[in-house]
Amino acid sequence: MYQYNQDDQTILEERVAQFREQTQRFLQGKLSEDKFRALRLMNGLYIQTHAPMLRVAVPYGLLSAKQLRKLAEIARTYDKGYAHVSTRQNIQYNWPQLEKVPDILEQLASVQMHAIQTSGNCLRNTTTDHLAGVCKDEIEDPRPYCEIIRQWSTFHPEFAYLPRKFKIAVSGAGTDRAATQLHDIGVHLIANEQGEIGFRILAGGGLGRTPVIGKTIRPYLEKKHLLSYLEAILRVYNLHGRRDNKYKARIKILVRETGVEKFTEMVEAEWLRIKDGMVLSDERIEQVKSYFSPPAYTTDADQDSSFERHLQQDPDFASWARFNTREHKIPGYRAAFVSLKAPDSPPGDITAEQLDAIADLAEQYSFGEVRSTHRQNLLFADVRQAELYALWQQLDQLNLATANMNTATDMICCPGLDFCSLANAGSIGIAREINEALDDLDYVHDLGEININMSGCMNGCAHQSVGHIGILGVDKKGTEWYQITLGGSSENQAAIGQRLGPAVAKDRITSAISNILEVYIEKRLDQEKFLDTVNRLGIPPFKERVYENN
Amino acid sequence: MKIIKDKKIVDDSWTFVADGASLPEGDIVVTLARWQAEKEQLLSHSGNLGIRLEPDQNIAEIADDLDKFQLIELDFPVFTDGRNFSQARQLRKHYHYTGEIRAVGNFIRDQLFYLYRVGFDSMSPAYEENLLEAIPRLDDFTVTYQQSTR
Repeated sequence: MYQYNQDDQTILEERVAQFREQTQRFLQGKLSEDKFRALRLMNGLYIQTHAPMLRVAVPYGLLSAKQLRKLAEIARTYDKGYAHVSTRQNIQYNWPQLEKVPDILEQLASVQMHAIQTSGNCLRNTTTDHLAGVCKDEIEDPRPYCEIIRQWSTFHPEFAYLPRKFKIAVSGAGTDRAATQLHDIGVHLIANEQGEIGFRILAGGGLGRTPVIGKTIRPYLEKKHLLSYLEAILRVYNLHGRRDNKYKARIKILVRETGVEKFTEMVEAEWLRIKDGMVLSDERIEQVKSYFSPPAYTTDADQDSSFERHLQQDPDFASWARFNTREHKIPGYRAAFVSLKAPDSPPGDITAEQLDAIADLAEQYSFGEVRSTHRQNLLFADVRQAELYALWQQLDQLNLATANMNTATDMICCPGLDFCSLANAGSIGIAREINEALDDLDYVHDLGEININMSGCMNGCAHQSVGHIGILGVDKKGTEWYQITLGGSSENQAAIGQRLGPAVAKDRITSAISNILEVYIEKRLDQEKFLDTVNRLGIPPFKERVYENN
Repeated sequence: MKIIKDKKIVDDSWTFVADGASLPEGDIVVTLARWQAEKEQLLSHSGNLGIRLEPDQNIAEIADDLDKFQLIELDFPVFTDGRNFSQARQLRKHYHYTGEIRAVGNFIRDQLFYLYRVGFDSMSPAYEENLLEAIPRLDDFTVTYQQSTR
């Protein structure tokens, strides 16, 4: 993974000093709440229901064992002994004290971490495919480009006060696991007709209140122009994005109101002016790539026969391997998820003890690295198949081996009313209820691939609008209600879910989800996945069942 | 009045003239509307001439007249309105404007570093009572990742 040089480290340390000074001024009453608000948000610091929430950046989801141990130490020292993995692959602390945040940042800086631009109306953490560099269907590893974008976007002097937040995702594989069509800018590594690798650039996607699927504004861009093209898009957005209404300020609204052709013209005109002045050189790309070269894989990992034997002898292990591991480009290796979706704990939460243990396991089994995923789990990317059994046994002891990745109980869930000051309704409690209703793991496995995404309000932090089943908490005269959508997807055939019908009451939401799953079981053809059944049948049969008792 | 210019605190020689007010002697700054309405009269003014733009006023509107202005002021109605960062950059890099660019209005000292980097030479922050305390914020970082206009 990328290693900081002296300049990177200096920037972090200067940032800590800067934020410490800003916090002091605020605490001394020399900086008003509204001004400090914008400054603290750009440092990932929210004021929440119970306490501030600090969002720590995990650039494109990569973490070292050393960083995990530091995150554990921070959880113990400054929080209540746990942390939370967010849908932007970041780490959140829900209980830090405001005056201690500069100290936390200093601790983070000691392991090349920070909270820079994890919130606020600025360029956010760039995200990517959690299987980057190891999946079989990859055109090129996207992480070097993520790092190049990270550096360009960090403290960019022109784009720190945008109309609204701005998110970029990069994908290098045939399968889009980074939801690039739902980002302000999506970057796809692709090959042109000559076989040269470059980028397809999408713009104007986004979730939140008005979910929109991004549109291709440049089918092919040479690598050397990556930063100039991004800069052109950002400049057009910064100058022309709406600032009169924060709900209409994202780039998706600008693209829609301007029209994609006209918007593209504006970007291209700006780009032509600047492209020759900011060329990304091959040397620079190669230099960054060198940090992401493959680890020292053993060449005979596929000679192992124990993996097959354990699969046959231990059905629990076999089920874990089936649901929680993925193919790897190197024969004899697999990528293994750490499930943060145990039925008895809030989705995405992780304790300090688990973080420490995962650091040890990473060093033992996966070259000392771990990844965070946008479905709020962790991943060991490079595990020898011969060691999966031992890894599974240890994960199981840590309550991190629930065999449910991409199933109905692998829910994406925001903190909801329990923590967040924006939320209209609870989400963690509903997740627990759904888990209780789905306590039969065989049934969950039989249901197969289903993404349930649940947000406690319109802001849509849990991406409910692209969940196969989306659940959105709404407030009706002080009581919590839930709107259900079906058929959303963030992958290649990205789609926004359709409303099932009127919102259902809190005491009906779990049975409604159960009803939907029953209809699927009854109507599916052969091996048909949930999303395919929904797409084939449409909303009516599901709607009928859910509302027949109302 | 004191302002920050080239990282120092200096006396301001310019006077902003509201629309309709009579023109004083010396260096004056006028609005875009006044410039467009009274070009000839303003060009015969004995002192230096400056113009003040609001963030929704496109630089392109004065592109042909840039050599008439020794000063261009970009006004911040609120500090969170970041359009002026792009406006200043465009003045420097697209239009190659070499006169003084000044930030005026409701921005804060925590923005000085960025302002300087995108091409502002001088700053007159309405919120700041103590410019001496604000000056170090021009140098919050000694290392940067992007090209600068200077």
